[in-house]
Amino acid sequence: MSCTVHIPSPLRSYTAGAHRVPADGATLEEVLASLEGRFTGIRFRVVDEQSHIRPHIRFYVNAREAQELCAPVGAGDAVHVICALTGG
Amino acid sequence: MTAMLWIGTRKGAFTLRPDERRRSWKLSGPQFLGHIIHHIVQDPREPRVLMMAAKTGHLGPTVYRSSDRGRTWQEAGQPPAFRKAADGEAARAVQKVFWLTPGHASERGSWYAGSSPAGLFRSEDGGERWQPVAGFNDHPMRSKWVGFGTPDGELLHSVHIDSRDPKHLYLAISAGGVFESTDGGAGWTPLNEGCAADFLPDPNAQYGHDPHCVAMHPLAPDRLYQQNHCGIYRLDRPARRWERIGQAMPKNVGDVGFPIVLHPTDPDTAWVIPMDGQTVWPRTSIGGKPAVYRTRDGGKRWRRCDDGLPKSQAWLTVLRQAMCTDDRLPHLGLYFGTTGGEVWASVNGGENWRCIARHLPEIYSVTHAI
Repeated sequence: MSCTVHIPSPLRSYTAGAHRVPADGATLEEVLASLEGRFTGIRFRVVDEQSHIRPHIRFYVNAREAQELCAPVGAGDAVHVICALTGG
Repeated sequence: MTAMLWIGTRKGAFTLRPDERRRSWKLSGPQFLGHIIHHIVQDPREPRVLMMAAKTGHLGPTVYRSSDRGRTWQEAGQPPAFRKAADGEAARAVQKVFWLTPGHASERGSWYAGSSPAGLFRSEDGGERWQPVAGFNDHPMRSKWVGFGTPDGELLHSVHIDSRDPKHLYLAISAGGVFESTDGGAGWTPLNEGCAADFLPDPNAQYGHDPHCVAMHPLAPDRLYQQNHCGIYRLDRPARRWERIGQAMPKNVGDVGFPIVLHPTDPDTAWVIPMDGQTVWPRTSIGGKPAVYRTRDGGKRWRRCDDGLPKSQAWLTVLRQAMCTDDRLPHLGLYFGTTGGEVWASVNGGENWRCIARHLPEIYSVTHAI
């Protein structure tokens, strides 16, 4: 299954500046593995070594927040990676 | 190749290159604008190689490597990370890579990294892939050693390798204490006897101390110095009891600070920057009057070196990685960076000081490279 991942600016150094990239997978975990296969290092910046989504990262599949990596992703879905930052 | 300084800041990496007389300095950068850079370290075995510990406010921590003196950088393929937690085990994740140390001269390509929460990691391939050092990270006493929980997370730093023996290691945890391994990191024992920990209920605690910075003399690896939350210390191995050499500091200055740096050839010469550790620990220049203090006799006597530094209303903080020397003997260069974004330089061992950069972001590390 193919979806579109919307890449936020802090991660575009991995995607050669691309704002949106296609990825395969039926779950968020598989989508991230698909991304990692093409853009080495990107997964660890958003998911830690215990497979927990990092504290200031959110994933949305279409308009619904995916709080676990087992969240399903369907063909044609849009996956958004959101980065949160406060202060200077 | 001209010597230079690497400046790691809360918002990226900068360089300062001097002219031959070190009177004029050219600031370049930033590289990695917006990244939090905790440490930038040159590999003395391969001076073209640099390692950089980085993260951002939202993304996870990583390490970048350069093999062309910092012109280009490549991210580690496998950054430092704890092993996957077993069922029911507390899950640990590296929040930041805080410290980098090149490995032993005989182990080309080896590096150590210290993290927060306190973890020790080793690379054997020039920083491409990092593995947790199980002997420390899974030590049955680790949770007690690092259990104090400082606000920004406990920090593993000051990793030192005995130049005579690649299996003889030291590390420090703030807070947690100093620890020693004689078997390449498989086993560790506390090395804190003689160090005060006046915030702990047990005056004779074996661990839980707060070493801010530990330095090993490069030519005399049995000579260790320590700037602790509770004083300045010296230890001459094989002794195990630290001697509080900060008692010789002026009483109205005290002996609290972050960095301690050593003369590259004279084991009796060291520099510190005292800070205010009273009341709620403001950690700024004492009385708003910054000064470097120097000993030339192993800590028996200290001399104030503040010529050129502000005389009043200067509330500087200098973090533990933010002070270094160069290698220009006999006119040794000494440098420090402040959390207010200034870099100060002395080209005569601390006698006189001059500000060589201003308006930088909060400075976390100042390191010399050739």
